[in-house]
Amino acid sequence: MNKTGKLIAVVTVGTLALTACGSKIESSGSSGEPSKAACGTVNIAVNPWVGYQADAAVIAYLATKELGCTVTKKNLTEEVSWQGFGTGAVDVVLENWGHPDLKKTYIEQQKVAVEYGLTGNKGIIGWYVPPWLAQEYPDITDWNNLNKYADRFKTSESGGKGQLLLGDPSFVTNDEALVKNLKLDFKVVYAGSEAALIQAFRTAEQQKQWMIGYFYEPQWFLSEVKLVHVNLPPYTAGCDADPAKVACDYAPFDLDKIVSKKFADSGSPAAALIKNFQWTNEHQNAVALDIAVNKLSDDDAAKKWVEANSDVWKAWIKS
Amino acid sequence: MTTLSAGAVRRAARLPRSWLFGGVVAVWVLLWIPLHGQDTLALSTSELTSLHERLNDLRDAINNTRGSSPVFSAFFDVIREAVDALTVFLQSLISQPAYGRPVPLIGWLGVVVVATLAAYAAGNLRVAVLTAAGFTSFGLLGYWQQSMDTLALTVAAVLICLVIGIPLGIWAGLSDRLHRVLTPVLDFMQTMPTFVYLAPLTLFFLIGPASGVIATLIYAMPPVIRITAHGIRTVAFSSVEAGTSLGATKWQLLRTVRVPLAKRTIVLGVNQTVMCALSMVTIAALIDAPGLGQVVLRALQTLDVGTAFRAGLAIVIMAIVLDRVTTAARDRVEARYRLGPKARGRRRIVLAGLGVAAAVALYLSYTYVWAAFFPGPAGTGVVGGQVAAGVTDASDWVQLHLGAVTDAIRNAISYGLLNPLQALIAQSPWYLVSAVVLALAWIVAGPRIVPTVAVCLGLLVATGLWQEAMVTLAATLVATVIVMALGIAVGVWMGRSDRADALIRPTLDAAQVMPAFVYLVPFLGLFGASRFTAIVAAVVFAAPVAIKLVADGVRGVPATVVEAATSSGSSAWQVVTKVQLPLARQSVTLAANQGLIYVLSMVVVGGLVGAGALGYLVVAGFSQSDLYGKGLAAGVAVVLLGVLLDRTTQAAARRMDAGTRRGRDQ
Amino acid sequence: MPEPLISAERVPAATVQDGPPALAVSKLWKVFGPRADKIVGTPLAELPRPELLERTGCVAAVRDISFTVAPTEVFVVMGLSGSGKSTLVRCLTRLVEPTSGDVLIEGEDLRAADQRRLRELRRHRFAMVFQHFGLLPHRRVLDNVAYGLEIRGVAKAERLRRAGEVLDLVGLSGYADHFPDQLSGGMQQRVGLGRALAVDPRILFFDEPFSALDPLIRRDMQNEVLRLHHEVGKTMVFITHDLHEALRLGDRILIMRDGAAVQIGRPDEVVGAPADDYVRDFVADVPKSHVLTIRWVMRPVRADDPLDGPELGADVVVRDAVRAVLSSAAPVKVVHDGELVGMVDDEAILRVIVAEEP
Ligand SMILES: Nc1ncnc2c1ncn2[C@@H]1O[C@H](COP(=O)(O)OP(=O)(O)O)[C@@H](O)[C@H]1O
Ligand SMILES: [Mg+2]
Repeated sequence: MNKTGKLIAVVTVGTLALTACGSKIESSGSSGEPSKAACGTVNIAVNPWVGYQADAAVIAYLATKELGCTVTKKNLTEEVSWQGFGTGAVDVVLENWGHPDLKKTYIEQQKVAVEYGLTGNKGIIGWYVPPWLAQEYPDITDWNNLNKYADRFKTSESGGKGQLLLGDPSFVTNDEALVKNLKLDFKVVYAGSEAALIQAFRTAEQQKQWMIGYFYEPQWFLSEVKLVHVNLPPYTAGCDADPAKVACDYAPFDLDKIVSKKFADSGSPAAALIKNFQWTNEHQNAVALDIAVNKLSDDDAAKKWVEANSDVWKAWIKS
Repeated sequence: MTTLSAGAVRRAARLPRSWLFGGVVAVWVLLWIPLHGQDTLALSTSELTSLHERLNDLRDAINNTRGSSPVFSAFFDVIREAVDALTVFLQSLISQPAYGRPVPLIGWLGVVVVATLAAYAAGNLRVAVLTAAGFTSFGLLGYWQQSMDTLALTVAAVLICLVIGIPLGIWAGLSDRLHRVLTPVLDFMQTMPTFVYLAPLTLFFLIGPASGVIATLIYAMPPVIRITAHGIRTVAFSSVEAGTSLGATKWQLLRTVRVPLAKRTIVLGVNQTVMCALSMVTIAALIDAPGLGQVVLRALQTLDVGTAFRAGLAIVIMAIVLDRVTTAARDRVEARYRLGPKARGRRRIVLAGLGVAAAVALYLSYTYVWAAFFPGPAGTGVVGGQVAAGVTDASDWVQLHLGAVTDAIRNAISYGLLNPLQALIAQSPWYLVSAVVLALAWIVAGPRIVPTVAVCLGLLVATGLWQEAMVTLAATLVATVIVMALGIAVGVWMGRSDRADALIRPTLDAAQVMPAFVYLVPFLGLFGASRFTAIVAAVVFAAPVAIKLVADGVRGVPATVVEAATSSGSSAWQVVTKVQLPLARQSVTLAANQGLIYVLSMVVVGGLVGAGALGYLVVAGFSQSDLYGKGLAAGVAVVLLGVLLDRTTQAAARRMDAGTRRGRDQ
Repeated sequence: MPEPLISAERVPAATVQDGPPALAVSKLWKVFGPRADKIVGTPLAELPRPELLERTGCVAAVRDISFTVAPTEVFVVMGLSGSGKSTLVRCLTRLVEPTSGDVLIEGEDLRAADQRRLRELRRHRFAMVFQHFGLLPHRRVLDNVAYGLEIRGVAKAERLRRAGEVLDLVGLSGYADHFPDQLSGGMQQRVGLGRALAVDPRILFFDEPFSALDPLIRRDMQNEVLRLHHEVGKTMVFITHDLHEALRLGDRILIMRDGAAVQIGRPDEVVGAPADDYVRDFVADVPKSHVLTIRWVMRPVRADDPLDGPELGADVVVRDAVRAVLSSAAPVKVVHDGELVGMVDDEAILRVIVAEEP
């Protein structure tokens, strides 16, 4: 009993000592900062690539700091993000790459989402080689010469043909058809993830290995290693109409924004921000590079960009 | 027709089985020469069968009826909301800002103190210290909040597992009928690779924490049910009978005899469930379950090995803490009731003291900023930044300097083993492979396995992904061979040397709980995007289990037998091959079986690093709406392969065992 | 001096029966195996065990056993391992469900009892002591002894008080707070015994309670049972495979073989008049002078017998009669109920003693 008494005494004294210093936690209701226009919560889907993450970082930063919104980021794949529109789990998809099928389902049929304008980013999908290769074999950037080098692209995975490496299955690809229709002596090999694809390009450049694969802009990795685009037969409108007969390069994408119907109708200032949001590939790559290579947190990267580009974003929240 | 007739097999049954096995393979190779490339049921990635399209339509139909269907509002939504409420509550306690506060109700100090005291109350001083150190390290690594999210989800899943699993386990311990019904269901739940049910789950339970917890439940529930049932079943019959003879009712028997005597075993089940839950919660990051898994996934996108490792380290530490605490709690079960009245009184006083201390810590962490936010630089934590940088440097160095060696290894295995095997399996006509698989299964596992195998093969054909499945099968077999080679080599070494065991075991523990995503990037750097990388990842995941099983088996060989062999002049090699391995045979076959299952459960992860085939399709189905149905079918195909291999190896093990016993009797 | 095989302290079973016997068993069968209920009453039942097993996959563990046990009697069932003793004693409490036959406990049909009634009987009427003790390792000795009372719903203070008394009775005072695995085997079985006694049953069943104990401790425990029987006077059904134990404890002994009864009788009857070669083999090594009463060695009174010799009761054991017989010149008169029933001379005594020499 004596012991307990002592223990309690010690604890009490300690408590008093500890409570003497240190600031107290304030509930946000009584927080000093005056809250701006009622904004509420914005649920932003974050799809698994860093460019998207950059968009989300800047929007979240602005919405929180400038508009006083509460932003919830949800890390989701594209398909799953769209599902979220119907259930209210997702309000915003900031960077949409095409997806006519999803648009049909969720915008036309279920009417739970609406298009919300372009992001200003241009998506360029295509086949790329590491810079050293383009330098030493300049003619390799013409698809007509690919078969000449097919042998050099062989790997343990490509079954005696040249290897054409594909990345994350989230992206729409025509490559199997292209290889066939362009009569290339290549085999499509699936790396399975963006990480695997980037790592492969990185190693190839570092160790001067032969490598050709699917890639896209905007992408932070292009700021680290400037991959070189391989020219396929140029894209003309409608040349990719029949997926089985495709024999031309990918169409350039205008990336766009999608929001849930509910959010669009809510009149939230964040909705206006997102509607007005528009920037360039360079802008995005800068933020993405800070996140991916310089290891800044999303918020810090966004802050850095926001501080340097106030003229750009001021326009987004004006109206 | 190439199928061996039943008569032929029976006639041949007198030949040694290994001859028969070799014979069948030889015939296969001979037939392959003229037949290869025919009827391989190949399907290009973008092609869909009608089954896949029907699955897509089904998905759309479910999606469209979600708002209106009573099944959703009365069943799935209710479950989801209940689970969600529990999860959100736990999160608001320890991880997420809640109730208008910028921080959760309990700050870091409160959590550390309460966890430590709980560890002391449930276990002992040692695990209490470990808990304090472990929990503090989450903050030092810079992942306090993420760790608490992971912990909250794990706790939510484990709570539900226990509330459902323990009663169900007890019931299954009492009722033979329920036990018989439950066993195959649990087998299935455990063989099914975790990724496979993530996509369908989101269809029913949407994305977010609730789905994460439910996915975790499915994975983590079987151990506690199984082990509880086992504990109840193995309670000493004499004690039960004594209770009955005194006129105890069923309920009294359960309360006073069965449950108390099975308690230790039940706590072991809890331990297993906790470990499973933790590993699954990390994977559930794929469907937006919050926590450390998200950090790892994010880091994977930017190839940030250091950050991935840092978060992985936090997961490993959490696993070690939870494991040690539950293990100590198990040992404590017995010690607790042995306390005399005096010790019991003393303990009560100590616990009361601890309670007061906990209350104080809770109050402080509720009220004061310094006790709520973990101190240290945001983002990197006190040591997190250095850890990450160190690991990144090490990984870069290894990739840069070992590239040539690792390329050689990859090419040797790929060209020497994997490609020929894959050509044989995937390029043979489907009927030839089916016939061979049936014949081999019959030879190694007996005729009773044939119907199961036939059904699995038939369903594989029906998924429309036969060739994909065969490519995956080839890689799985190669990985399993490597796992078993490692398992036997390292396992024997550990079984024979205490020092080796003490040295290696912690590494194995860590490898088992370290999320695979953490080591994928360095492996990609070393081996490129290839099937071999997937095999290596699978080996890292599966080898620890196999090694431990073999080591325990070798250790379990009675010392007297080894002594006798040594005293009769056997060399160490002879002791291993003639005494220890044969006597540990059951463990070795179990290791092979478990190795296979573990390798298969990594098929999908393999899909992320170049394994292609089924793994890739599951991943693709997960992220591309067109391929949803195909991905689902691929998941089913993985399960079918699992059932096929699991059943066959288990039956083979049983048969081998029976054979040995018969041989001994004669 | 070696202890007598038959204790002089034994309370003789009530010979005059007022009321029903403590236990009456008739035509009791227990068959294990598939379709076990289709065997009794058919010619199959007559088959020897191995053949029955071969033909039907069934084991007839208990076959057609009948006996009665008088109140306060100690009834011993003896047989080799596998002869069906455990199954028999479990049928008597329905821990094993009999296949056919009747069991009457103090006149009440046990097989007709429903679960509730059966529990009542088990809680109040009889209790059992097991070969492997069946103690609860997570409970103190005191709580183990109180367990039966707890099951019965006795309040805690009361049951602990009662358990304390029983602990004194079985010689474990001072061990109340120990745990079973801190005790020796003999002491553990005392706990088992205490647990059975605590509920104050009218019949005690013992299933080879001392087989797992060392011989010396076994002897102690047998004395303990005898002492308790003397003190509390319960009816006991005692299973053993040890003939010496059977002879020491039993008022009467049932000898089983392959599930069937071979002989039922008092110890001296079993030794003096074995029913068949099986029993004869069993008792061959028993020192007969320790078991047989002089009734078994006396001869009829002849006309020429001198009647001036000493008198001995017919129930005096041979060994105790040796001195009197040998020291008397004339044959000893054997008297039962005041009547002269026979004569014992030196030769008869010596024949018994010499036969025991190896
Ligand atoms: N539950 C059971 N199922 C099948 N056979 C049993 C069972 N219990 C006992 N037996 C068989 O009944 C016979 C008698 O067993 P038991 O009563 O234990 O003999 P004892 O106690 O005399 O050694 C044995 O042949 C035994 O194998
Ligand atoms: Mg027995």
